[in-house]
Amino acid sequence: MDGMTTMTEQNTMTHGVTAGLFENTERKRLRLADETIALEVQDLNLYYGEAQALKRISMKVAAKRVTAFIGPSGCGKSTLLRCFNRMNDLVDACRIEGKILLEGDDIYDRKVDVAELRRRVGMVFQKPNPFPKSIYENVAYGLRLQGVRDRKVLDEVVERSLRGAALWDEVKDRLHQNAFGLSGGQQQRLVIARAIAIEPEVILLDEPASALDPISTAKIEELIYELKKEYTILIVTHNMQQAARVSDYTAYMYLGEMIEYGDTMTLFTNPRKKATEDYITGRYG
Amino acid sequence: MDKNKLGGHYLEKYNEELESLRNRVLAMGGLVESQVIDAVNALVAADVRLADQVIKNDARVNSLEVIIDEQCAEILARHQPAASDLRFIISIVKTITDLERIGDQAEKVARMAVHLAEKDRPKNQYADVQSLGERVARLVHEALDAFARMDVEVALAVAREDANVDREYESVMRQHITYMMEDPRTITRALDVIWALRALERIGDHARNMCEYVIYLVKGKDVRHVSLEEMERAARGETPGEE
Repeated sequence: MDGMTTMTEQNTMTHGVTAGLFENTERKRLRLADETIALEVQDLNLYYGEAQALKRISMKVAAKRVTAFIGPSGCGKSTLLRCFNRMNDLVDACRIEGKILLEGDDIYDRKVDVAELRRRVGMVFQKPNPFPKSIYENVAYGLRLQGVRDRKVLDEVVERSLRGAALWDEVKDRLHQNAFGLSGGQQQRLVIARAIAIEPEVILLDEPASALDPISTAKIEELIYELKKEYTILIVTHNMQQAARVSDYTAYMYLGEMIEYGDTMTLFTNPRKKATEDYITGRYG
Repeated sequence: MDKNKLGGHYLEKYNEELESLRNRVLAMGGLVESQVIDAVNALVAADVRLADQVIKNDARVNSLEVIIDEQCAEILARHQPAASDLRFIISIVKTITDLERIGDQAEKVARMAVHLAEKDRPKNQYADVQSLGERVARLVHEALDAFARMDVEVALAVAREDANVDREYESVMRQHITYMMEDPRTITRALDVIWALRALERIGDHARNMCEYVIYLVKGKDVRHVSLEEMERAARGETPGEE
């Protein structure tokens, strides 16, 4: 019997393995009703001059989940994303009606400190935009703005943030070199590290991987899985497969309206609306 | 999703690939259906040549399964289908598995036909096999029809009819057990007949499975392992893909 297991032992082993597989026989779909809500949009209208870019948008965004916005160019998904940290304030002739609640408080309230809002709601753009500084200083930038001078604190935050952005191992030996020496994918992760260094609650990603090759894209997507343990993530993407891969909830937008919003699994296998179906299957409506 | 919804993609080539896939599934279905009919006829008419042909043809059924699977894999890899297109591919992958098994069952009936051709014929001239055989061949035909037209009502009708087939099978089986008890000399023949009847009953079950995939395809609801009533409720529930 040396080196052999008895039938009983084998059965027990098999049973041990399969027992785990049978524990969750009921597959559970995500439901917004079960989630903690991080952000709530209430009846939002946005106008660029006379043109209405967002029409009566209302939605709840689940905390520590990934919510994706998809839709054809010009559907308003990036405009909506920019509303969450008031980036549209910088656009002339942009007028907004309605509310966006961040943990219950309207971010468009006159008393809101926009700089503080943008600390809580960080943003990463399509094109990586590192500052013309060293890798270290890029990540430390937000803390320095807040007046942190303690070298030990800065070192710690820089390392933690770079680790959080899955970049530490690639740059730990050249922290003081210029950030422009990094590849596009590394620069994008550096920008994410810079965003998480100031401990935001929400991270907005506007096409974060569309300028990257497939491997860098995969690293960003892997990072998104990690980041959602700590942060609420909203992502705009043209790549539907990417939305299907990384998100928990998906919103389909068209001509400034939110056509369908729900758990990603349902939206991509059995959408309720024909317009959504046509878009995600690549059909003309 | 209705049958005309297969097309309409911006990518014309994708439309063509899906259409060609559907046509191939229907061709496989047609072949399998005629295998069932031929096997039953061979048994009833003691036609050994026809039975041999059915046995030989099963290889064609098998190779169609492989080709269609490959075509599905290619569409998955190239187009990453979503929503109704994804359900279309998934239901085909499952449908052809059942079609291939129907083919296997038809082959079994044909083998029994070869055995039985050498034996004395029973008084009823295999009327029971013929009746059940015609019934399940029609089920296969209608299951394919439900798939081709993406017709939930036809699919439900097949599921209901399969329950009748199961009842007929049980009653015929009881008869054969009675015959065997009455006259043990008939046992060898009766066993072959029972094998054939059993194969036909299984064909009905596979046809029902195919109809479950049609409901999944059209309604996005998984109705495997549920009662007929639940299946009907799911199939008649709110229609996805409609505004």
